[in-house]
Amino acid sequence: MRVLMFGWEFPPHIAGGLGTACYGLTRGLAKNGVQVTFVMPHAYGDEDQRFVRVVNASDVEALYGVPGHDLLPENLSFIHIDSNMVPYISPEDFEAERRTVETRQVGGGHVPGDTWRERYDFSGKYGANLLEEVARYAIVAAEVARQMEGQFDVIHAHDWLTYYAGIAAKQVSGKPLVVHMHATEFDRSGEHVNQAVYDIERTGMSAADRVIAVSNLTRNIVIEKYGIPADRVVTVHNAVAFAANDQTEAERGVRDKIVTFLGRITYQKGPDYFVEAAAKVLKRLDNVRFVMAGSGDMMNHVIRRVAKLGIADRFHFTGFLKGDDVQKMFSMSDVYVMPSVSEPFGISPLEAMKSNVPVIISKQSGVAEILDYAVKVDYWDVDAMADAIYALVQYPALGTMFARKGLEEVTGLKWDNAAEKVKEVYESVVS
Amino acid sequence: MKTLCFYFQVHQPMRLKKYRFFNMGRDHYYLDDVTNSAIMKKVAERCYLPMNALLLKLIEQNEGKFKVSFSITGLAMEQFRESAPEVLESFRKLAETGCVEFLAETYDHSLASLISEEEFSEQVRAHSDLMEKEFGKRPTAFRNTELIYSDGIGEMVAKMGFRTMLAEGAKHILGWKSPNFIYANAMDQRLRLLLRNYKLSDDIAFRFSDRGWNQWPLTVDKYLSWLTAEDVPGEVLNLFMDYETFGEHQNADTGIFDFMAYLPGAALKTGELRFATVSEAAETHQPVAVLSCPHAMSWADEERDITAWLGNELQNEAFNKLYALRDTVKALDNPGYNYVWNFMQTSDHFYYMATKWLSDGDVHSYFNPYDSSYEAFMNYMNVLSDFEIELGKKKSEKEQPGAEAVEAVQCSPACDTATELMGKPAKGGKGKKSDGKPKKSAKKTGKKESLPA
Repeated sequence: MRVLMFGWEFPPHIAGGLGTACYGLTRGLAKNGVQVTFVMPHAYGDEDQRFVRVVNASDVEALYGVPGHDLLPENLSFIHIDSNMVPYISPEDFEAERRTVETRQVGGGHVPGDTWRERYDFSGKYGANLLEEVARYAIVAAEVARQMEGQFDVIHAHDWLTYYAGIAAKQVSGKPLVVHMHATEFDRSGEHVNQAVYDIERTGMSAADRVIAVSNLTRNIVIEKYGIPADRVVTVHNAVAFAANDQTEAERGVRDKIVTFLGRITYQKGPDYFVEAAAKVLKRLDNVRFVMAGSGDMMNHVIRRVAKLGIADRFHFTGFLKGDDVQKMFSMSDVYVMPSVSEPFGISPLEAMKSNVPVIISKQSGVAEILDYAVKVDYWDVDAMADAIYALVQYPALGTMFARKGLEEVTGLKWDNAAEKVKEVYESVVS
Repeated sequence: MKTLCFYFQVHQPMRLKKYRFFNMGRDHYYLDDVTNSAIMKKVAERCYLPMNALLLKLIEQNEGKFKVSFSITGLAMEQFRESAPEVLESFRKLAETGCVEFLAETYDHSLASLISEEEFSEQVRAHSDLMEKEFGKRPTAFRNTELIYSDGIGEMVAKMGFRTMLAEGAKHILGWKSPNFIYANAMDQRLRLLLRNYKLSDDIAFRFSDRGWNQWPLTVDKYLSWLTAEDVPGEVLNLFMDYETFGEHQNADTGIFDFMAYLPGAALKTGELRFATVSEAAETHQPVAVLSCPHAMSWADEERDITAWLGNELQNEAFNKLYALRDTVKALDNPGYNYVWNFMQTSDHFYYMATKWLSDGDVHSYFNPYDSSYEAFMNYMNVLSDFEIELGKKKSEKEQPGAEAVEAVQCSPACDTATELMGKPAKGGKGKKSDGKPKKSAKKTGKKESLPA
């Protein structure tokens, strides 16, 4: 089995979970005997290519030239195709980016609200540019498919940015297309979807022979909101890759128990519910501290709420965490809470479990479907959340049990298994 | 003959460094020495030194007829000593002329008068001690942080023995009355009030270089014609402003130094004006009425109230959490903790958390080390939380000398298992808070002791 795979990012140069997932999946596929050629807009050359051949789309035209050259007026700018379009960047970065962009634009109306809506605003203004970039990627994808004729059996495209590329490759080669939904526009934007993105997602899934969803939650959205026939949508849960030296030993300064929220502080991550639960717990306990790590458009709102509740001496903010600090934060935590309102999968609880931290997750997350040793609550049920935090903090036996069993459980979530399922999907479309 | 009363406020806060959650429990040095020292040096060079030299020259030239008053916060004094000792020296020279009065205020430029009489009077005492030690004379007049005043605060000040206090000539308090007279406190009429003439003060402090102002440029002759005008009634014209006005808020290029150099001689030449220090002005004139001010007011912003420091939930939360620690700090009475306790009370920290940015944004952002009020709040609370943890540790040590061992035993069953299972190191043990100030040494020693196995 040979796969031509279109992605957006690949470790070590990643901005979010997509690259990590692609890496884990390709590794797992390699172990299952699947040969993967991974195409990305801008490869840096230091990608781990032991399990996968990485094709830098930016190099393609340089090597062979692109027929229909007139479609690409500025060849050089294409090399930097990833400039405006990083799919997951921190809200600060995005805000900064957007501002610089807006200063170039005259009379750009600013729509306040959540980042993704602002993003919509930005995308709208840059519609031509954005679609141009997606289209350029598609043109290069077609070229890659042409050059690799006979060298692959199936095409696999990750998330909407690559769907046009996948479709183009399918048209050129006639090979079956599998698209992978890591997140839907509804997860990112609530009900205020970006129509352009939605359309690309829908077009991609309609053109695909199979759609892989990262959870049943996502699968349902794909079926209900995008109208994709249920028999073409398969759920393959993500896994988590272990590196032996991942365990950062963080020396902790405070003796109190630490309950952590780590993620973008945006509406869909449910930071509000975490604050309310914290206030309830702090009424009963004085040996616990809450930490909200991350940044986002709701941060100021959350800070005000924390001050209003009078718990600011026990509720701390770290701002956006980079690199090692994330791991450090996990290893300092005693309880990890992910109260997401909507989460297609949610890899962060798995990382917490990997660091021996018991986790509380919302039932509205994809990852809740596969975890047994995690406390699951409705995101809005702050009483239940407070209860669970209290129990994990106060009854060490419980916390320890969850941590130990959780580690076992998360260790069992192997990409090999996920890849096996993906391979089955390939087989079902190839034959 | 009208009395001109110049009063200058000298203050620099001790700014906190970027203190993250990860620093908590390990790093107990909270100040941004580099910034503090850099700002102090810059302001010293641009304002304090040249203006002090000018004032000294003017006092000598006018043979004692030119007089001014100052108040310098304790924190500013400490920073002079640290970063700009020559400034302190130049203030001493001014003090020696006998034409300069130094007023009492809170040592830390704090808002203590709004929450605790005990804390308030302690700080005022500490500041008076310092002034007496440095300038040889115990202050007899008082000015509160940011000119915050109410009937109650005035009563506390009178109780401390002061007979003169400064306040804002706020319109909402004065109504039809003029600020150019002496008034008396409503609860203790022995306390005389000098009210700031904000129009005439701000002509210099804010509008001097404003080219959009229809009176720009402001010349000494024009200004004196306003002071001596028939339709400006009253006995005392109180010109109160930040000392940083000279050379900092209004930089040297605006001609502010020339303006001040020419003003005293020209004023005296009119024969209608004389200069006095705050206490002299209060003594030479009788109060004309009692002034009632039930709610706290200040010299800040359009509203002349205290919402610049305690106007939103962030500020209130930080303020309440800070003063909740007072009893512990006082009970421990450790010089290191007292030092932190002092600089944490400075009103500037709360000012940085203000969210009312409209017309007064310029002043609010002046010297502000933070990008947003939220960032200021987070940083302050992180520092405060660490301080609270340290206090708690010290307190329990003090209460039960054997507490360390007992606690270790108590937590060992859980900790041991957890440590074993989680592969985590034992949690950083009891920080042995040594002594004195949590200065740089504390930062370097780190806290690496772990619990006894």
